[in-house]
Amino acid sequence: MNKVLIIIKREYLTRVKKKMFLVTTFLIPILITGLIAMISYFAAKSSGKETIVIDDQSAYFQHKFDTTETSSTLVYAQPNQGESDADFLNRKEADVVVRIFPFRDNKLDSVVMYSDEGVSITLKSYIQGQINSLYSTKLLQDAGVNISQIDSINAAEVPLRSYSLKDNKETNAEAAMICGIGIGILMYMVLLLYGSSVMRGVMEEKTSRIAEVIISSVKPFQLMLGKILGIGLVCLTQMGLWLVLVGSLRFILPLFVPELHTGIGTNPMMQDPAMQKQMAEAASEGGSQLLASLSQLPWGTIITCFIIYFFGGYFTYAALFAAIGSLVNEDPQEAQQLALPVTMPIIFSYVIAMQTIKDPNSALSIFGSMFPLTSPTVMMARIPYGVPAYQIILSIVFLILGFLLFTWLSAKIYRIGILMYGKKLSWKEVIKWIRYS
Amino acid sequence: MLELQHLVKNYATQKAVDDISLTINKGKIFGLLGPNGAGKSSLLRMVTGITMPDSGTILFNGEVFNPMVHNQFIGYMPEERGLYKKMKIGEQTLYLAQLKGIETKEAMKRIKHWFEKFEMVSWWNKKVEDLSKGMQQKLQFITTILHEPQLLILDEPFSGLDPLNSEIIKDEIRLMANNGTTIIFSTHRMEQVEEICEEIILVNKGQSVLQGNLKQIKEEWKKNIFLLETKEAIPQLNAEILNEVNHQYTIKLGEHQDANQILSQCIQQGISIIKFQEIYPTLNEIFIEKVEGSAARAFLK
Repeated sequence: MNKVLIIIKREYLTRVKKKMFLVTTFLIPILITGLIAMISYFAAKSSGKETIVIDDQSAYFQHKFDTTETSSTLVYAQPNQGESDADFLNRKEADVVVRIFPFRDNKLDSVVMYSDEGVSITLKSYIQGQINSLYSTKLLQDAGVNISQIDSINAAEVPLRSYSLKDNKETNAEAAMICGIGIGILMYMVLLLYGSSVMRGVMEEKTSRIAEVIISSVKPFQLMLGKILGIGLVCLTQMGLWLVLVGSLRFILPLFVPELHTGIGTNPMMQDPAMQKQMAEAASEGGSQLLASLSQLPWGTIITCFIIYFFGGYFTYAALFAAIGSLVNEDPQEAQQLALPVTMPIIFSYVIAMQTIKDPNSALSIFGSMFPLTSPTVMMARIPYGVPAYQIILSIVFLILGFLLFTWLSAKIYRIGILMYGKKLSWKEVIKWIRYS
Repeated sequence: MLELQHLVKNYATQKAVDDISLTINKGKIFGLLGPNGAGKSSLLRMVTGITMPDSGTILFNGEVFNPMVHNQFIGYMPEERGLYKKMKIGEQTLYLAQLKGIETKEAMKRIKHWFEKFEMVSWWNKKVEDLSKGMQQKLQFITTILHEPQLLILDEPFSGLDPLNSEIIKDEIRLMANNGTTIIFSTHRMEQVEEICEEIILVNKGQSVLQGNLKQIKEEWKKNIFLLETKEAIPQLNAEILNEVNHQYTIKLGEHQDANQILSQCIQQGISIIKFQEIYPTLNEIFIEKVEGSAARAFLK
């Protein structure tokens, strides 16, 4: 049997047979799904239970807040003479007090909110939105616009639709964004997790000194290649299992947590059945719209590219991590330091990918999707938005060139590093080994 | 079988191996001796093809040594033992044998043979980290010889082994040498070498201090010291007595004295002799004398 195959087999089997592999394979999707379920459960069930006291000193906002937009309870009240803010909060058993100061020259200067534990962003934006719209209504009224005109102005909403000229299909930035974030994060995780797994494997062989035994049987490059391919297979296995697991969890989970579907209906502020129906329709319409536009993404390109960038990125980084692992002496802290030049581009590519999602055609995004150390993550984040074919081809060419260059370099370093203990590498030695091969 | 010509290996700060030449014949047990840090491991790493010499030549069976070709004929047991700690020992032995190019079936047969010989069959599913140091040592030895190498290189093979297991391995080494395996045995424990090696090289600070046939070396360095054990005290002896404990006399003869003269003196006095033998200097003593001598010479210069 080919020696590389023997090594691949060992690397694969020892990892797949480990308990940790089972644990991560089964727990991570459960954890992620559970986390999402929990967040949506609590978001649906317990948002906006606050009691808000409006201390309206301007006397303009009394009972004018639109309560259909929040589930919090609104109370209009004012503190007693000489009562402190804290006492007032306690007396009204309120979570938040909103103090609107009197108008000065018909102008509203400022509004203050205070609470025991800080104010949530949803609540703050609700209050801000209410006050802004009521205040602008007042200003318009003062300017002589009549109330029905103001209502029609406020109700005005122009539908905005965007199309791609390429295939005349409707584009949906949100769907592309969700897809881009998902694939970008997945690529980032894969590179970091499995890359460092390669590094640890190399370190294990070096520090347990078995490398010395194995190198007396096979070429160092065979050992490195076998390790990288073996761990790559583990990675593919794990991703495949995740895909199956997440797929099945999506169907199983709602059976156990029915609130996921009905949560929105149990909201106390929405007892009105008509409104409930309306909300549900709106929600499902939005959801199915998103699903529809998700399914309109260029999945063929996305999947093909994912496979190419997965292999290109994984092999490049695995080789670099192997080289780093071979340089480490016993100290694991040394490993972290040495790995920095390799983990940095991964982190950079993640950061660029997050920018790319907001602006897929910026100079940074285009550069990031070309440079071979960042392109696997950045290009995958860009592709759902549609990328010109020539850019993809160019990026893949760079990826392959980069892969060849970095693997070649890493193999040279690895060959020397794996057998050197406690000694600094001299370039003379490196050259000797390069010549010797 | 193996010939080293003027090998030199430098590391950043020091000369690890400084112009060492030696020849080892087939089927011989060759001792590579020296204190810690003398350059033994550096020398062995070049012979196993793990590192390249800075200058000098290695000939393997008369050919210029090429690790990729000759590695399969070499078995190397490094000083720092190397095994996967979390791998089961059966699988691990098989894996290492396969890497040496042995077919799985043949490898299993040989592993079974050795595991039975070393009474290790019941360990098959144990992990290396669960084994004692001595057990690991035995396992390492098996993995080193499973492919029946022509040249077996053992770096400190007995460290961590109890006397019983040392003896088992020693017997194996002798048996393999008799069957034509050439063995390099590296150690800083010089007394271990005296029992099994015929030829030695003694290195210090990367240089060869002493090299040749062990018996000849001892002959050369002997100091005419004898041990005489008798039943009763010797009233009178015409020689310098260095030490006497319980009628065991350590005697140093003068330059023109003969061992037989001592014996006849005892016989004439009617003393019954239990034991009479020449004491050869140990390698340790030779080494110390040699190194101190050169240190003294260096000092005088």
